[in-house]
Amino acid sequence: MTYAVETENLTKRYDDLLAVDTLNIQIKEGEIFGLLGPNGAGKTTTLSMLSTLLKPTSGSARVNDFNIITQPAKVRQSIGIVFQDPSSDDILTGWENLYLHALMFGVNKDRKKRIDYVLGLVDLRERANDIVKKYSGGMRRRLELARGLLHNPRVLFLDEPTLGLDPQTREHIWQYIENLVKTEKVTIIITTHYMEEADRLCNRIAIIDHGRVVALDSPSTLKSKLGGEVIKLQTRSPNLDQINKLDYISSVKQTENAVILTVKDASTHLQEILSKVGRIESVEVRTPTLNDVFLHYTGHEIREEAGEGGMMERIAQLRRGN
Amino acid sequence: MGELEGFYALWYREIKVFTREKSRVVSSLVTPLLWIIVFGGGLGSAVSVAGVNYQVFIFPGILSMTILFSSVFFGLYIVWDKKIDFFKEVLVAPLSRTTIFAGKMVGGSIDSLIQGCGMLLFGLILGVKYSILNVLGALVFMLLLAAALVSLGLIIGSNMESVEGFQLIISFLVFPMFFFSGALFPIGNLPHYLLAFTVLDPVTYGVDGLRGLLLGTAQLPILIDLAVLGGFAAIMIGVGTWSFKRLK
Repeated sequence: MTYAVETENLTKRYDDLLAVDTLNIQIKEGEIFGLLGPNGAGKTTTLSMLSTLLKPTSGSARVNDFNIITQPAKVRQSIGIVFQDPSSDDILTGWENLYLHALMFGVNKDRKKRIDYVLGLVDLRERANDIVKKYSGGMRRRLELARGLLHNPRVLFLDEPTLGLDPQTREHIWQYIENLVKTEKVTIIITTHYMEEADRLCNRIAIIDHGRVVALDSPSTLKSKLGGEVIKLQTRSPNLDQINKLDYISSVKQTENAVILTVKDASTHLQEILSKVGRIESVEVRTPTLNDVFLHYTGHEIREEAGEGGMMERIAQLRRGN
Repeated sequence: MGELEGFYALWYREIKVFTREKSRVVSSLVTPLLWIIVFGGGLGSAVSVAGVNYQVFIFPGILSMTILFSSVFFGLYIVWDKKIDFFKEVLVAPLSRTTIFAGKMVGGSIDSLIQGCGMLLFGLILGVKYSILNVLGALVFMLLLAAALVSLGLIIGSNMESVEGFQLIISFLVFPMFFFSGALFPIGNLPHYLLAFTVLDPVTYGVDGLRGLLLGTAQLPILIDLAVLGGFAAIMIGVGTWSFKRLK
């Protein structure tokens, strides 16, 4: 079995911060693979190393069977990237952006046909000759998706593809990404901190926290591995000693003002749990989400951090002792 | 082959931007025209230097200034490119850094050269008379000056993280380069402690060369002007290529 991406103890260290810690993942050809984690978890750093923009501190990786350290040019030729922040030139038209990309990536054969084809994939043919400044956020993302695909890459990296988009546009982008996998034979690697996005799109996800993979599997397996349903109890002073004694509870996590339990047959046991936990404000029973999976493995919830700046800013934030 | 197309792509982009941002081009010509018409005209009514009217005397200096400002700013502009992530897209392309630098440098130099040509046309209105041969010589000087200064801007820009440092560069580098270059006065008139700066200022040799070609009143032999400016351009292009190679 050949892998589209295979990392071997891939590590990146910034002074005292270990951004990516001995990462070992194998990504299969043709799958949508998600790197899920909070801001600052090391997702973008991983992507930058795999796309040869950053040199790893130690370890290595192969992308499309090319070594990222010794064969960076071959790696670049065989991948497409859509960056987290808009990277199309807003003074140029959509078509011109694609034309430049085609020239830079050596798309020689039927260049104009290929541009027209990718424009069709993302429904931008009619707006191709408009200046990108006039595009909406969603259209710009679509243009960048098209650009990422222009040179027939075998692996496409999408860094937070729907960051900052409204829910409706996000839904559209997801549909485009799903269609791409069907029509283009391409492996897609997505970084995201949106649970729904990972759940909806990815065949497999790696949950990353503080530069390490804490869990890796398909979203449904990850959820079913939790074993049962989730009961969330809003309470400030839970009686945890009592709760811990119950053998049908497979995990207990405490957050600031809630206790989150993973329970087999929650509906039958709810009565007993409620009687033992003490004073509660509210109770919620649900099937597990990726959020619960994340909480289970990391002990904290994925948070939407206020700052959504670039990678280095986030590293700086982390350094300030966050 | 691929490198050549990449080079063309980068240059194509600069030309597109240049032709679309007409306001930028027009406004870049306003300041030099104010210098010549108001400052040169005002002072020129009372003064003549080196046998020519002051307004005409500063014309090659202001022409150099146009190139100085537009070239350095063009280079510094990549700070902005880096910020909006467009540059990342270029860096990740399978192109050598030498090609990327060359594309940027040539694109910017041609921008500056076009603005310089606008100034040359204005010179005709001022009554400066030049032959085709002199204009061709002037174009060589303008191109060397532009290539050197675009490279300088790119070197600074590629090592800068934010646009906040722009004002510092303008105050401590661009304006001194303009004032010490002898654009506004014959350099022989300077007290010798200031003359040192003038000798060190590469723009001096551009101004002097252009003055020699366009007005026939150079203070240094033209071959020295050409050699110093050419050497400076070569060093800047070399350092610029090196800075791009170590760009993240």
